[in-house]
Amino acid sequence: MKMKDASIMASPHKGNHPGSRLLLGLLTAVAGLTVSLHAEGPPTAQVNTTGLAVTDTTVTVGQLHSATGTMAISETGSIQAEQLAIDQINAAGGVLGRQIKVIKEDGASDWPTFAEKAKKLLVKDKVASVFGCWTSASRKAVLPVFEKENGMLYYPTFYEGLEQSKNVIYTGQEATQQIIAGLDWIAKEKKAKTFYLIGSDYIWPRTSNKIARKHIENVLKGTVVGEEYYALGHTQFGSLINKIKLKKPDVIYAIVVGGSNVSFYKQLKAAGITSDKQTLLTISVTEDEVLGIGGENLTGFYSAMKYFQSQDNPNNAAFVKAFKDKYGEKSVIGDVTQAGYLGPWLWKATVEKAGSFDVDKIAAASSGVEFKGAPEGYVRIHDTNHHLWSKLRIGQWGADGQAKVLYESGLIEPDPFPKGYQ
Amino acid sequence: MTYKNLFKSKAETWSAAALALLVLVVLPLLLPIFRLNLFGKYLTFGFVGVGLVLLWGRCGILSLGQGVFFGLGGYCMAMFLKLEASDPISTKIQSTPGIPDFMDWNQLTSLPWFWVPFKSLPFTMIAVLTIPALVAFIIGWAMFRRRVGGVYFAIITQAIALIISLGIDGNQGLTGGRNGITDLRTLLGWDIRSTSAQYVLYYVSALLLFACILFGRYVVNTRMGRVLMAIRDREDRVRFSGYDVALYRSFIFALAALFAGLGGAMFVLQVGFMSPSLIGIVPSIEMVIFAAVGGRLSVIGAVYGTLIVNLGKTTFSEAFPEMWLFLMGGTFIAVVMFFPNGLAGLTEPGGFLSRQWQRWAPKSLLSVFRSEVEPPSEAASEESLLKGATEGVK
Repeated sequence: MKMKDASIMASPHKGNHPGSRLLLGLLTAVAGLTVSLHAEGPPTAQVNTTGLAVTDTTVTVGQLHSATGTMAISETGSIQAEQLAIDQINAAGGVLGRQIKVIKEDGASDWPTFAEKAKKLLVKDKVASVFGCWTSASRKAVLPVFEKENGMLYYPTFYEGLEQSKNVIYTGQEATQQIIAGLDWIAKEKKAKTFYLIGSDYIWPRTSNKIARKHIENVLKGTVVGEEYYALGHTQFGSLINKIKLKKPDVIYAIVVGGSNVSFYKQLKAAGITSDKQTLLTISVTEDEVLGIGGENLTGFYSAMKYFQSQDNPNNAAFVKAFKDKYGEKSVIGDVTQAGYLGPWLWKATVEKAGSFDVDKIAAASSGVEFKGAPEGYVRIHDTNHHLWSKLRIGQWGADGQAKVLYESGLIEPDPFPKGYQ
Repeated sequence: MTYKNLFKSKAETWSAAALALLVLVVLPLLLPIFRLNLFGKYLTFGFVGVGLVLLWGRCGILSLGQGVFFGLGGYCMAMFLKLEASDPISTKIQSTPGIPDFMDWNQLTSLPWFWVPFKSLPFTMIAVLTIPALVAFIIGWAMFRRRVGGVYFAIITQAIALIISLGIDGNQGLTGGRNGITDLRTLLGWDIRSTSAQYVLYYVSALLLFACILFGRYVVNTRMGRVLMAIRDREDRVRFSGYDVALYRSFIFALAALFAGLGGAMFVLQVGFMSPSLIGIVPSIEMVIFAAVGGRLSVIGAVYGTLIVNLGKTTFSEAFPEMWLFLMGGTFIAVVMFFPNGLAGLTEPGGFLSRQWQRWAPKSLLSVFRSEVEPPSEAASEESLLKGATEGVK
């Protein structure tokens, strides 16, 4: 399957197999698209005034993730979801009557490489849009390139906020969207007053805990009894566990990432800190991480995310089925994977609204663009800040690695520069 | 000093001339600016390669931590550019305008003291040239005086690379942490991202690199160069002859670091950011691979090696994003098996075609990891070499 995808991308003249096209067409119809299908698009000169790679029948986009290196395991889901969305859009007639061709580049988990490849996609390939990046560091590395060369990036990961660019659409949640509603819920549900904040030592956990601390102290009138950071890749949590036992917080608020996650939850369990005695809320564990940690090691703990694979709605049912049909029954879908899937669809809707592939026109037309077929339910691009309005959900993990959705907020306004939280 | 002093054989003179022609004329004429800018980036790694040839090929000291010095030079330049990009007007959205954005995110309210001098360009340029060299000299002096060498030295340099990259990672308020220092735009108001600036910076890099190559060749051909080679081949004899071996080694280590730091500064100017991912163990080892592929005995070879490996990286990863690492790995294995002296070995008298085919088997695989590959390492020539060196310095 992997090799077949690669060959399609390497030789863009080949179309999809007619059978799979039909199937995908049916699936997209089920997904409840709002945008009408175009049989034939408007002339190229009209929709492309800036020399992008758009012909009468095709439009070329870029995909920039780490296919190799330490981040490959995390980014594969986004690569797959974006490809799925592009296949479905092509099967449904493409964008402005043009089939989407993908040029795939490997950022190789290395930030200078990300910058190099971003520039290649924009300058040499003249792609109309790029779906990519995962870590904040890779986004920070490519951002100046996108702004200088005037490209368009759809970025799928939930992140720390404090950023807004004409050239980026952020399809994941910024920090306040993920944090505030989750803390409100746990404070009300568990009558929680004391919190222990834990994070991996880099910008996202630190910024997120800063927001969490302000909210706990100023709004919930609770106390933060401890705040600790560990280097990425740290695996010894013994001393932390002793401190937790000493302070007995009502809630452990954990933002541990990557390989550290596995040790963290296994050691908590070994030390007897399990969900029957201790409430734990995390914003860094999705279905993808649970695959590595093992569902039995965090049964009963809570995650605050905008999407869970187990979400029960028709959009999601069709999405999960299409994803598993394409990538295998055992594949799981986490929050970022779903956010990756939103990128191509939002881009298509925006292009059709603008009636043009021009980046300036897309950046301007993005305001208020909706996607009613989103697996998470419904999303809309904010009128001014290029982030998404989305809901927050609390999921409780089961031993099977799937979460039970216990709570769903209303649509939350994205606020990348939150007043009173800085 | 005539050219005969600088290049030991006609072949090497030709390969230097060919490199100059390639870098200064052919590439700028053939390539669009985007590709040329990439070559400019590759050239900055060439600085490290030239230093490694002096250090490893000439003096037998294998450093697996050259990324540290590349990074120190790069960070010095990046700090200056970041301060220029963080003027109070463009950072007015922050809680504390006028400081770099990542400091504001980490609740710093004033500029840390060690950032303050980097508001000055002359200070920054002096820092780029001196800080990496000074740090290297201190590390080298501490190690070589205790007669730490060989594998142990390589391990220690690697540990230092890890320590520094973790230190930068862990102090994000002061250094930008894992994200590094990003979004650098202007140098004294000059937009370094514009096409014309990229041409200028490419030529500045290329000319500085040739200056390093010539200076490196010059050092090799001085009396000191011969002492260094003697130290590589028979350290104890040189010591017994009354030379301060530690001082010589520290000097060459500092010189290699100076080159690397210069490369780092040019990297930042051309790529527009600096991050700890360029300092750690992996990039440091990669830099050694560049030198090994080109030939660790030839400064010109090291630059070719750097260009070829990086071009391979870019080309393979663009053509085969899913499996390019295997192709790179295969290339390295092939180079080690067929060209134990690197690509530069091709130009040596009786080189690849006449000799290597007959003896490419396991023996040559081993020999590439030894440092005594160069001809004068044999016992017969040692005496004369040492004699020449001692005479020369006295």
